Amino acid sequence: MDRRNKGILKSVDWKLIGAWLLLVLIGWINIYAAVYDADHSNIFDFSCRYGKQMIWIAASLIIALFVMILDPKFFSQTAFLIYIICIGMLIVVLGVATVTKGAKSWLGIGDFGIQPSEFAKMATALALAKVLSAINVDMKQWTTVFTAVGIIALPMLLVLLQNDTGSALVFCSFVFVLFREGMSSFVLIFGAAAIVLFILALIINPYILIISIAVLTLIAYFVIHRNNRKVKFLHFLGIFAFCSVIILGVQFGYNEVLESHQKDRIEVLLGQKKDDKGVGYNVNQSKIAIGSGGLFGKGFLQGTQTKFNFVPEQDTDFIFCTIGEEWGFVGSAVVVFIFIWLCVKIIKTAERQRSNFARIYGYGIASIIFFHVMVNIGMTIGLLPVIGIPLPFISYGGSSLWAFTVMLFIFIRQDASRGDLV
Amino acid sequence: MKKSLSSRRFVIIGIFIAVGVIYILRLSYLQIIDDTYAELANRNALRYVTQYPSRGLVYDRYGKLLVYNEAVYDLMVIPRQVQSIDTDYFCSLLKITKEDFENKMNRAKKYSTYAPSFFEKQISKEDFAALQEKIYMFPGFYAQSRTLRKYPDSVAAAVLGYIGEVNEKKIEEDPYYKRGDYIGMSGLEKSYEKYLRGVKGSKITLVDVHNREKGSFQDGKFDQAATAGQNLYSSIDLELQKYAEQLMKNKRGSIVAIEPSTGEILCFVSAPTYDPNLLVGRVRGKNYKELAENIAKPLFNRALMAEYPPGSIFKVAQALIALDMGVITSSTGFPCDKGLVGCHNHPSAPIVRDAIKMSCNPYFYRVFQREVQRQNPKTGKIDSKYGLSEWTAAMHKMGFGVRLDIDLPNVRKGYIPDTSFYNRWYPTGWNFYTIYSNSIGQGEVTVVPIQMANFAALVANRGWYINPHIVRSIGDETNKFRLKKYQEKHYSTVDASWWDVAVAGMYGVVHEGGGTGRRADVPGLDVCGKTGTAQNSGADHSVFISFAPKNNPKIAVSVYVENARGGGGTWAAPIAGLIIEKYIKREVERKEIEKQYMEAAPCQPLPIGKNTVKKTMEEKNDSASKKQ
Repeated sequence: MDRRNKGILKSVDWKLIGAWLLLVLIGWINIYAAVYDADHSNIFDFSCRYGKQMIWIAASLIIALFVMILDPKFFSQTAFLIYIICIGMLIVVLGVATVTKGAKSWLGIGDFGIQPSEFAKMATALALAKVLSAINVDMKQWTTVFTAVGIIALPMLLVLLQNDTGSALVFCSFVFVLFREGMSSFVLIFGAAAIVLFILALIINPYILIISIAVLTLIAYFVIHRNNRKVKFLHFLGIFAFCSVIILGVQFGYNEVLESHQKDRIEVLLGQKKDDKGVGYNVNQSKIAIGSGGLFGKGFLQGTQTKFNFVPEQDTDFIFCTIGEEWGFVGSAVVVFIFIWLCVKIIKTAERQRSNFARIYGYGIASIIFFHVMVNIGMTIGLLPVIGIPLPFISYGGSSLWAFTVMLFIFIRQDASRGDLV
Repeated sequence: MKKSLSSRRFVIIGIFIAVGVIYILRLSYLQIIDDTYAELANRNALRYVTQYPSRGLVYDRYGKLLVYNEAVYDLMVIPRQVQSIDTDYFCSLLKITKEDFENKMNRAKKYSTYAPSFFEKQISKEDFAALQEKIYMFPGFYAQSRTLRKYPDSVAAAVLGYIGEVNEKKIEEDPYYKRGDYIGMSGLEKSYEKYLRGVKGSKITLVDVHNREKGSFQDGKFDQAATAGQNLYSSIDLELQKYAEQLMKNKRGSIVAIEPSTGEILCFVSAPTYDPNLLVGRVRGKNYKELAENIAKPLFNRALMAEYPPGSIFKVAQALIALDMGVITSSTGFPCDKGLVGCHNHPSAPIVRDAIKMSCNPYFYRVFQREVQRQNPKTGKIDSKYGLSEWTAAMHKMGFGVRLDIDLPNVRKGYIPDTSFYNRWYPTGWNFYTIYSNSIGQGEVTVVPIQMANFAALVANRGWYINPHIVRSIGDETNKFRLKKYQEKHYSTVDASWWDVAVAGMYGVVHEGGGTGRRADVPGLDVCGKTGTAQNSGADHSVFISFAPKNNPKIAVSVYVENARGGGGTWAAPIAGLIIEKYIKREVERKEIEKQYMEAAPCQPLPIGKNTVKKTMEEKNDSASKKQ
């Protein structure tokens, strides 16, 4: 036991822990700035959000330590159990949860509330890793694909039922894991093409779009066919059909499935609707806050936009505004860099694992963190529609911080014992 | 197979990095390249509030306050920011109707939806208190503190003038002024505007999304404090001013008193007067209308603008000019020949001083005749034009017919006719017999009361005057300065040796048998004076100019009582005496006389409905500004 612990200290990846600590501290400082009020500036004021966040951080440190003490095999062995507990909690939430900001995602015990959906992401990553790491698993087999997709889809569906679209979308990020584990790259390409078409379909008249795609595919066919006789016209017909189905599907889905506020957010993003007072208010104010930060920012506690509540949700989903306003381009670029560095580092670390479980799990959490960062920051700088998901480690909130901490430290724990015999 | 799958990590890492790069580029665009966001942030969170300086105070000659400031609030509105407020509650706090609210709001929107404009002006401190606590409930509204003028003794309206909102024309001329600023419209407020107004400052405050003030921007680094206006230390004697206004209470006319040695105006009354507090604040419009419509024209500054025939007081000037021209000597006598011009019953004057004392009309007919009908040294012929030109020039040098450079606006010149005037008036030719009425201060001659007082000071000083002025010095207690133009002496053309003749005559008026102004006498003060009874379309005006004491004079006074149904000696002289007594002795001992003249209401009532006085410049100016 002694020897192993010594080994852990040596083999643990301190850079990952450092990045975690850095992000958590950046988070706390900016939460402090966002809710700062000259009359209540005591950092240990536990009635304030920065005071509470301090408790969450302290608790997450204990949780992290606890995770590090556990046997690394514990998580691969209990992955399904954790997954089932989380699914159970999601179902319970649907029954008893209180509605917060239009979403039914909180499980309250007295004053204390947790968001099972935050933990469900981690559980799904564990379960997926467990399933895909089994011997003789082949992503080319339909059963494997169905099992994997099923594991992802179940919690996603439950979260969607909670009306928490943002968190549900996060489960899409597992596509990176599936891709890494051998899923056909067409899925990724089609996915990307579908997103591009989705946006185009909203900007351009669908019929004009379909006709221009028809013309483009025809031209592409003749150009390519001249060089490569093997290519069949049927392939291009297929591509065209795929595109048309997506465009028409978008038309239908957009008009029939999405709710009006979701449509508004997308239209505002695409610049088709200008409404800085109504739907566009959040994004507009967020851009003003970040944009007014300039190169070096206004300085700690000097932000006017975030401090005076021009930006909504500035300590949770829009915390990046505070960073942008007070720390400027330098500060916000550093935060973006740390996140991207962390995600890339996790991927690289995952690749050095001997255990398939650890590797797949690593990909899972890198994808989740990346997706969160991309959607959250993208929303605040007006590149993505407003989707309410927190910025990992930084946004205010116990559930989110604990879930991400546990998620990351399980991986660090796995990595620390990568030298052990599998 | 395994290897190829492992290389898929590069695709994923590539996507991660691509997104990171896109985001950093986007951030650099938002934060560094595009600077509209900083501007928008300021528009969001910064409110530029003009800091209005407190306007300079006005003191009397003994340091008593004539004008001070009282804080009031202007409620400003930025229509764009007004959203979903409880209009009913707002109206109840402000004590306005919903209809008012809509009107004011529409007016503000018409001006600009982004820029602040006035919603309600000059809300008193008391009325504002209720609103102040609740103002955070009404985003888009905020208050700006302003000051209003207050007049503790409600006197000297004609001197102090009033302030009003600056008109568009002035805003275009002078970039200092912004819409809604106040500017002196008349009196000292107008002539000393530049000193009184101070320098506006600006304060940048932070406001939150609910428009609540959140303190100053960057600890006030960019704030500019307002510089208070400079005070005016006036020469007005508050006690005397009050006294003079009481004396003129039931009368129309004016009293102007000057300290001869300095030209400082001691009291300045245009009757009827009004309480200057009436033209302040929200009640101003209503009161202004009432005053402007009043048949007795209280807004008409008689002391500066009423061009009256001077009547017999003019004889003193005539005598001095004739003596100086050498057309008479101090011992020249003329018979009182009523065939030339009407006169009252008195013995013929053997010498000039008796003519002044008795105010003999035929005597001065002859004097003026000699002044005008003179031999032109160039042609050797008797030439009325030559005589009159010289006479006009001499009169101008006595402050008649010229605009006195005093520190109140809109002073009139009065009129001293000249040859070109008569050439125009009588194209077929004119001579002394056409213009003789001027000899006794009738005819074409007109004088404003301030010129009469100045003339009294000129005689008191025996030959010079300093331009009459209200303000002795400008600044504050520790740092005052005087204006140079009110220290220069202006000399008359009349030689120094002749003044004692005039003074003796004026002494006789008050002290000697046959004197027309005996009622001006104040025991022990050696009052010198000259009566005038000016004929006009209505009852005679009662006029008196005087100074006292005879030697080393302390005060020169002109009193003019319109349509007094009596001569200068009857009304104006005793009033002048009371003014002199009040000023020099500080207390009037002759209580019976004081009571008699305070209560007297000698003026012939004005014919109702007939507009007797021309619309004045002042009123024109003001109606122009009201249109804005």
